[in-house]
Amino acid sequence: MNITCRVVNLQEEYTALFDEHLSTLQAGAPDKMNALRLEAMESFKKLGIPSNKVEDYKYSNLQPFFKGDFNLALSNDAAQAGVTATFNCEVPALNTYNIFMVNGWYSHQNDISLLPKGVIVGSLLEKAKENPALFEKYYGTRTPIGSDGLAAMNTAFAQDGAFVYIPKGVVVDKPIQIVNIMTGDSDRLVFQRNLIIADENSQLKVMLCEHTLSTQKYVINTVTELFANEHSILDMYNIQNQHNFTTQVAGYYASQKKHTVLQTNHLTLHAGFARNNIKIKMDDEFCESHMNGLYLLDKNQHVDNFTFVDHAYPNCVSHELFKGVMDDSSVGCFTGKVLVRKDAQKTNAYQSNNNLILCESAKMNTKPQLEIYADDVKCSHGATIGQLDDDAMFYLRARGINPSEARILLMYAFAYEVLEKIKVEALKEQIKGLTERRFRGDFDKCDSCVACGADGQMSCG
Amino acid sequence: MRCLIDKRLLLHIMAENQNKLLEEVTGSEYKYGFFSDIETETIPKGLSEEVVRIISAKKNEPEWMLDFRLKAYNHWLTMKKPEWAHLNIPEIDFQEIIFYAAPKSKPQLDSLDDVDPELRATFEKLGIPLDEQKILSGVAVDAVIDSVSVKTTYKETLAEKGIIFCSISEAVAEYPDLIKKYLGSVVPHGDNYFAALNAAVFSDGSFVYIPKGVRCPMELSTYFRINAMNTGQFERTLIIADDDSYVSYLEGCTAPMRDENQLHAAIVEIITMERAEVKYSTVQNWYPGNKEGKGGIYNFVTKRAICKGDYSKVSWTQVETGSAVTWKYPSCILQGDHSVGEFYSVAVTNNYQQADTGTKMIHLGKNTRSLIVSKGVSAGRSQNSYRGLVKVAKKAENARNFSQCDSLLLGDQCGAHTFPYIEVINNTAKIEHEATTSKIGEDQIFYCNQRGLSTEDAVALIVNGYVKEVINQLPMEFAVEAQKLLQISLEGSVG
Repeated sequence: MNITCRVVNLQEEYTALFDEHLSTLQAGAPDKMNALRLEAMESFKKLGIPSNKVEDYKYSNLQPFFKGDFNLALSNDAAQAGVTATFNCEVPALNTYNIFMVNGWYSHQNDISLLPKGVIVGSLLEKAKENPALFEKYYGTRTPIGSDGLAAMNTAFAQDGAFVYIPKGVVVDKPIQIVNIMTGDSDRLVFQRNLIIADENSQLKVMLCEHTLSTQKYVINTVTELFANEHSILDMYNIQNQHNFTTQVAGYYASQKKHTVLQTNHLTLHAGFARNNIKIKMDDEFCESHMNGLYLLDKNQHVDNFTFVDHAYPNCVSHELFKGVMDDSSVGCFTGKVLVRKDAQKTNAYQSNNNLILCESAKMNTKPQLEIYADDVKCSHGATIGQLDDDAMFYLRARGINPSEARILLMYAFAYEVLEKIKVEALKEQIKGLTERRFRGDFDKCDSCVACGADGQMSCG
Repeated sequence: MRCLIDKRLLLHIMAENQNKLLEEVTGSEYKYGFFSDIETETIPKGLSEEVVRIISAKKNEPEWMLDFRLKAYNHWLTMKKPEWAHLNIPEIDFQEIIFYAAPKSKPQLDSLDDVDPELRATFEKLGIPLDEQKILSGVAVDAVIDSVSVKTTYKETLAEKGIIFCSISEAVAEYPDLIKKYLGSVVPHGDNYFAALNAAVFSDGSFVYIPKGVRCPMELSTYFRINAMNTGQFERTLIIADDDSYVSYLEGCTAPMRDENQLHAAIVEIITMERAEVKYSTVQNWYPGNKEGKGGIYNFVTKRAICKGDYSKVSWTQVETGSAVTWKYPSCILQGDHSVGEFYSVAVTNNYQQADTGTKMIHLGKNTRSLIVSKGVSAGRSQNSYRGLVKVAKKAENARNFSQCDSLLLGDQCGAHTFPYIEVINNTAKIEHEATTSKIGEDQIFYCNQRGLSTEDAVALIVNGYVKEVINQLPMEFAVEAQKLLQISLEGSVG
């Protein structure tokens, strides 16, 4: 079922929309999803869509983006209707298991049969029904529906998304790639919900690739919950490559158990208005988490990364590195909140946010924060905003490198610090290439990612 | 080096007379906690338009001043108490506060002999050099007790140079043009809740005007003391530094120990013209409440400077050791090209104290520079936050900022927080911010212990070294005082 809605007054209309289609939303969905749906809606009625008056959204007013005429798919068929393009998002030499999601709904998958035994990958809606115990244990347990209007909205409306479960002791040999594609011939409002679980002693690399295939306006609200159980190693790569009319608010809510290593990488190569809420909670001792981010903005793009690390237990370590390059009249925002709770002794938390502003009208807002209630800790944060170093430029010029090439070289070196943290070699090479092309202006000036593919075919290579 | 020598001296005394020192240390909890029995004139409790009118009438103010107050009062009624700070402040009942208290008015004081002997004794106890004959340090003092300026010293000497240093009520009467032009120009009454309250009920404060090309020959100082019970103190300071002038200004504050909380909401406005420089130092030592967190001063201060002229400079230095609650953000608006703003802060909290303090550096002019050095020390069950904003406007080319905020934690019950905001709309700006939070390393303590220093002394030594960068910015007499204060504030926080 596909519905068209016109939204002007946000809360009221979204509430009305919810009430009207509640039965459709609930149909076929697991009980827990539906129970949380109602709870989340109550919360959404109170919180609404955040404006910049909400402290956590100080630099990103989302309200205008949620107004307008949208199509909202309430069933898989509706989401896939009229979508004929074939997708070829495989990175050359990057051997991955792929799942394709179209407009927030599960479409198809490749090579999944080759996955190790016990690994569950597929549509959230279907897999939840097949594995009710698993679903009930994890779904919605990390999403802050009581405090974040957008997370509440997603929980109220979301029906489908990707589901990944790695059983105990399994090491997945290749990364699992979730390809999120937005396409169609009308403006769309999309809710997507992903659930990724790495059970004890397992290892998983998961990639979330965001693409837009047609030039329509998309407003996307996704929530991804990540669970790293004891002794697991979970790496998440989020590669955003969407056209300039896209609005994406994405919540990544992760929970870490004892002796786990979590790494999140947010690589925003191209986006319209993007807001990433990355919240990690250390639910036990001896956790290690790394949060990396790179955002390369131009035109009037707006990217806001909001990170929150909750050191709730002692002996945990967190490292955060976010770097950005702002060109034209783009706006970059960063908030890095580190909370060290009482008695979370021996915590080490490091955070760094570096930014290059290239153009007169570009803006950067950064807000690194430390909130510390334990004394035996080592926490630090650093933030810089600046330009390319004149001395370094001179050094390169003196060696006969022309100014534009020198600039690219230096910017690339600036971004490299984040790129080198990518653990999937082929992906690293690919992103390196993309970053360089992006700096060279090979594809950044086009309004839409569609232009890089031909005939509806898309390739990110 | 100085603190090392101090330490050695202390050790020497320790060996000589340990008992005496012990007594001193245990008795040194809050040495300004006495109450002076001075005849005070107060008005009834509570706040209303009537009260604002009474205050204005008591001060024989002209009509325009009353209008200024009423406008602020009416605006205040529409405002809500700010909740964004990382502070837990119980509801303040404004109807329980006396908004005006003054030592019984006396005829104009011509010499020090006319000052109430009890009052003189008070200031002697505080170590404030009111008596001009005995002054070696050469500091001109404006003493404000319970809202009213009681005595300004060195007035004549300053007048010779054309410097105006007087209470703000005097300035309202004698220099209405300057007051009309500048009062509320940097901190308008609508700025925030406490600024509006202050603008409505402020009773006194200091006014400084440094004429063109004059370098003020001595440090100017205001001493604030809350004495009477249930009173709030609302003072207002206005400093205008004309072209090419220089002044260094000090501010100190104390209050008696009481079980109830008392309110202090002040405003400081500084205006610097071309090439002028103002250095503003504060040693804030309001009563912090007792060990259980009972009593203490609520300190809500709006301090702001505007560097109007090119090449002007404002430097804030603050040592915050007192107050149950501190809410204070001395800021600089760098409007003039090449202007410079500096902020050095040490905030020490112990027991149940809460501090949310920091600065705002607003870069508007070209080639403006700012420096922020903030050192927080938290002990006991206290909460200490740094909150700052560095903003670079579109036209502020080549702005440069460096911020450093360090926090030191002494104890596992306290909190140290950092909330910096950086907003840049210019591609020529260079902004750096760094913050660290840690505790004193066991190896550092061990090193000191090995050399015969007790743990408590070792902590004092390390803390002194840690805050030195800021203390060094203070004028000499204040620096010594501030170091002692730090020691007292942290008393009993170790072990």
